[in-house]
Amino acid sequence: MTAIRVEALRVVRGGTVVLPELSCDVATGRVTGLLGPSGSGKSTLLRSIVGVQHVTAGAVTVLGEPAGSKDLRSRVGYMTQAPSVYRDLTVRENLRFFARILGRESEAVTRAIADVSLESHTDHVVSRLSGGEQARVSLAAALLGSPELLVLDEPTVGLDPVLRRDLWSLFHDLAERGVTLLVSSHVMDEADRCDALILLREGRVLADGTPAELRTRTGATSLDDAFLALIEAEA
Amino acid sequence: MRTTAVAVRVLQQLRRDPRTLVLIIGVPCLLETLLKELFRGGPVFQHAGAPMLGLFPFVTMFVVTSITMLRERVTGTLERLMTMPLSKLELLAGYGVAFGVVAAVQATVVSVVAFGLLDLHVAGPRAVVVLLAVANAVLGSALGLLGSAFAQTEFQAVQFMPALVLPQFLLSGLFVARDSMPTWLRWVSDAMPLTYAYDALAHTAADVFDARFTADVAVVCGCILLALALGAATLRRRTP
Repeated sequence: MTAIRVEALRVVRGGTVVLPELSCDVATGRVTGLLGPSGSGKSTLLRSIVGVQHVTAGAVTVLGEPAGSKDLRSRVGYMTQAPSVYRDLTVRENLRFFARILGRESEAVTRAIADVSLESHTDHVVSRLSGGEQARVSLAAALLGSPELLVLDEPTVGLDPVLRRDLWSLFHDLAERGVTLLVSSHVMDEADRCDALILLREGRVLADGTPAELRTRTGATSLDDAFLALIEAEA
Repeated sequence: MRTTAVAVRVLQQLRRDPRTLVLIIGVPCLLETLLKELFRGGPVFQHAGAPMLGLFPFVTMFVVTSITMLRERVTGTLERLMTMPLSKLELLAGYGVAFGVVAAVQATVVSVVAFGLLDLHVAGPRAVVVLLAVANAVLGSALGLLGSAFAQTEFQAVQFMPALVLPQFLLSGLFVARDSMPTWLRWVSDAMPLTYAYDALAHTAADVFDARFTADVAVVCGCILLALALGAATLRRRTP
């Protein structure tokens, strides 16, 4: 089953071609990693999938609907790269607001706070939290609506290893419940935690497949080496 | 329901910033006092006091709204909201309600000070002055929302105040009667919403509720709707 289908997507931002003609598929109920160096077009692709990016050409189909259609707004959760929460509100006030927009009860707020392990910071104002904690508030807001698809732009940046492990296990728990996750990262050591990978470079899909497939294809032991081998093979 | 959620959230944000709240309420009280002392409570104060009371909320809410909305655009919360089941109109209406509430508090406190302590007199009902102040605040909010679309930084947003609000003040008829303005300036004045807001207040102060007053109120309400519609048009779900 395909949750997301991107066909010949072309995006031009400020006169620069960010995605020349990109096509890829994301499978339902799995954690798919979107990996690539910064500036490779990851955020632009994710923005196109959630329907906030102005696209020049091509088609993006999400859960059977054209990306950005009204029906998808309660089925897709999105976490932007910079924490998009209100810095002058507490964690609970932020989440309660987004929950009301999504038409969810306060139990959803409590659950989302627990999911990102912020119980001890519930009544703290977001601006007083660390960068990693702010990112987790932003992630909790994306989890609130129990979406079928979660699009997460670098959710684990700047987090300590224990938290990162916890979040990845949360992602896999969600996938087991049938949620599709598309998670971007520029850190290759996170690639091994994904069920499937899309490697992006300069707006093009360099390779996709499971981590094991990519290793076998390149004969490399680490995914970092596999990535290098793929770049060199293309050059 | 979602409109209420937006309004409550905006008010919560303001509550976290007590200094701004004190400034919103305190500055107009201070300026009214200054005006009274400057003109020793004489005819100039009696002429300008009520219109100032009614126009302050316009200025305050213009600035506060444009900065709040600019922050929403810059920090990515607007982008998040645009992926959620919230209509643009619900968002804008939420802002309008929140700042309307703040304006009602502001106008009420300032009118208690002006009418109670500073001996400002109006021939018409004081409640109408307060109601007009709230309408002007919502107009300020609506124009602020629109203005924020054209500002990339908070510096720019703040500069829109002297750029867009001060000329309207000068030409509203408060400083120079519109009859004695050069013709072309009167035309410009005709095209500015604050002219009608001032005129409605002046009519209230003189207790003259004629057809012109009704027309003034209609123009102010029409401008609110127009600015909100234009503001909604500048909110795009898809951005470059």
